[in-house]
Amino acid sequence: MAQDETAPLVRIRGLRFARGERVIFDGVDLDIRRGGITAIMGPSGTGKTTLLKLIGGQLRPQAGSIEVDGLDVHRLSRDKLFELRKRMGLLFQSGALLTDLNVFENVAFPLREHTRLPESMIRDLVLMKLEAVGLRGARALMPSELSGGMARRVALARAIALDPMMVMYDEPFTGQDPISMGVLVKLIRRLNDALSLTSIVVSHDVQETAAIADYIYLLSGGKVVAHGSPEELGRADSAWAQQFMQGLPDGPVPFHYPAADYATDLLAGDEGDKA
Amino acid sequence: MMHARHIEIAVGAFVAAGMAALFLLAMQVSNLSVVGGDEGYQVSARFDNISGLKVRAPVTVAGVRVGRVTAVEFDPNTYQALVTMRIHPRYNQLPLDTSASIFTSGLIGEQYVSLEPGGDMEYLTEGSELILTQSALVLEQLIGQFLFSMGSGDKE
Amino acid sequence: MILDWLQSLGQRALSFFQRLGRGHITLYYLLISIPSVLMRPRLLLQQVYSVGVLTLLIILVSGLFVGMVLGLQGYNTLARFGAEQALGTAVALTLVREMAPVVTALLFAGRAGSALTAEIGLMKATEQLSGMEMMAVDPNKRVLAPRFLAGVIAMPLLAAIFAAVGVMGGYFVGVGLLGVDEGAFWSQMQANVDLRDDVFNGIIKSMVFGVVAVWIAIYEGQDATPTSEGVSRATTRTVVHTSLAVLGLNFILTALMFGE
Ligand SMILES: Nc1ncnc2c1ncn2[C@@H]1O[C@H](COP(=O)(O)OP(=O)(O)OP(=O)(O)O)[C@@H](O)[C@H]1O
Ligand SMILES: [Mg+2]
Repeated sequence: MAQDETAPLVRIRGLRFARGERVIFDGVDLDIRRGGITAIMGPSGTGKTTLLKLIGGQLRPQAGSIEVDGLDVHRLSRDKLFELRKRMGLLFQSGALLTDLNVFENVAFPLREHTRLPESMIRDLVLMKLEAVGLRGARALMPSELSGGMARRVALARAIALDPMMVMYDEPFTGQDPISMGVLVKLIRRLNDALSLTSIVVSHDVQETAAIADYIYLLSGGKVVAHGSPEELGRADSAWAQQFMQGLPDGPVPFHYPAADYATDLLAGDEGDKA
Repeated sequence: MMHARHIEIAVGAFVAAGMAALFLLAMQVSNLSVVGGDEGYQVSARFDNISGLKVRAPVTVAGVRVGRVTAVEFDPNTYQALVTMRIHPRYNQLPLDTSASIFTSGLIGEQYVSLEPGGDMEYLTEGSELILTQSALVLEQLIGQFLFSMGSGDKE
Repeated sequence: MILDWLQSLGQRALSFFQRLGRGHITLYYLLISIPSVLMRPRLLLQQVYSVGVLTLLIILVSGLFVGMVLGLQGYNTLARFGAEQALGTAVALTLVREMAPVVTALLFAGRAGSALTAEIGLMKATEQLSGMEMMAVDPNKRVLAPRFLAGVIAMPLLAAIFAAVGVMGGYFVGVGLLGVDEGAFWSQMQANVDLRDDVFNGIIKSMVFGVVAVWIAIYEGQDATPTSEGVSRATTRTVVHTSLAVLGLNFILTALMFGE
């Protein structure tokens, strides 16, 4: 294992991934620095979630390589991949809580599966993680009794339960009120610094993300269109960066899913759909 | 944990019920006692025709089951069927000149061997052969008679 | 026209083989995950509960009624030949050889199989399975194999219970209501039902059905399109496919076991 402290934790080279006909990534190069918070931003549907799943080894690229901590994710045996995954936490966009377990057991799940800690220790660890996301009082609730925002915080607590070396957050801020959003932003920063984690944050919340990220990658159209520290991106004269950072509807980043011209589509009536 | 305990008890009861059902099927519905039944003594008998007599068919005296058929073979020397049966050791006082017949229980039931005790002073023992035998009624004949009587009944 | 037709035929054949292949890959993973289930009996226990215990009531009630109907019908038919003594035999053989394994498997598909498919399909739709994978937990070992093994264990037990309760039902109707001689009922039954040929073969049948029923249920759940419609379709498919598979296999097994 390349434990070189200066080498990036995740190194993506020439990544190409397509779902059927639709090419989602076409030649993406990306480095995630150790110990930092790297934000990945881009319009909805560009493949940010897909990128995280590729890093986690759940999807297989058509070309290119993804190395995590010096290991090529897609060349590992299943056992090695599982070993690696124990050191990665992924907060799913949907939360993905186990619906037959309550909040406490959900957070305890990775601990019970991967460690032989005594029950009292598991309890302490779980309560610690739940306290961090402000849901210690909700430990007995079932996932169906949680609001969307709460479920995501529980999922966050679960993602960090094993104290991984890297946590990937898929839209952690969505559905949070301003207060818990502020808490989460600080939590991600604090976890990152205190546990010397490496964090990847996928988010649409430009302000919040810019506030905590050390580095930002902007994805669009299957490529990295801009990258740099938040200040650099803010100053960059790249039209992509400007449009995204300021949330302008007009610019090089298309708001629409690829489609035929609007006017032609409307005029075409029913026949447009058949074409 | 109360919940886990409740599940454990339920599963335990379920498995016990399943085992009890299997036990019932083995002991009450089928007859387990004969499977390992090496006890008792074997006797044989030759029949001209055994019809559908099968291995494990009951052997009875006066309608009471005393044993089972253990083997049915063809004897190439006499051109007869050689039927071996095992008699429960409790019934060790059957006279040597006991006769054997093959009957059918009910009209279409299974064949069984019925023993008719004679008057000999000596008893059957391991390896004895029953000399007096009466073969099975052949079902086809029976049905023929049955249909014939039906037919004549219709004409009246 | 003909080309189109041939093409669609080819497509169908290919997707059929693809499903068949995926099904067997699923089975392979289930089988190799069984040892790890044995290491964690608590997971298995939980599943025996939801697959077996929760199916028990419907098995008890159906077994009783099927046995009673067999007693009634068997009596009516046998009495015509003056053979009502053979009622015990008829009821027991019908139950042990055919009714118990088959009806139990069909009820199982409707009660437990469909629930399994829906559960697994929803776990897939809500990303719980891929969530587990990302937590380095193998869903085959943690979720699927315990359910598989539980079904395979529960099915023969349920079938035995069905047969036993059915014999009771036949006894109540035959001996209790219709006045068949009690001694004849039991002794004829014992004389003609063979432990190995009838009871064991019936149990073997239901083990085979158990494997098939849970296998189909798990496969359909895993293969479901992760939407509510997809899951509901998969549930239907589980019941239909399991029923067809059980009935077809039953014919083959009967021919192999009881055909002389
Ligand atoms: N299971 C799937 N099958 C086929 N296409 C898919 C599937 N999942 C995602 N896609 C497609 O892949 C593209 C990228 O999806 P992804 O979920 O990665 O987007 P995203 O960047 O995370 O979007 P958002 O910000 O809205 O979460 C989308 O255009 C989507 O249509
Ligand atoms: Mg996404």
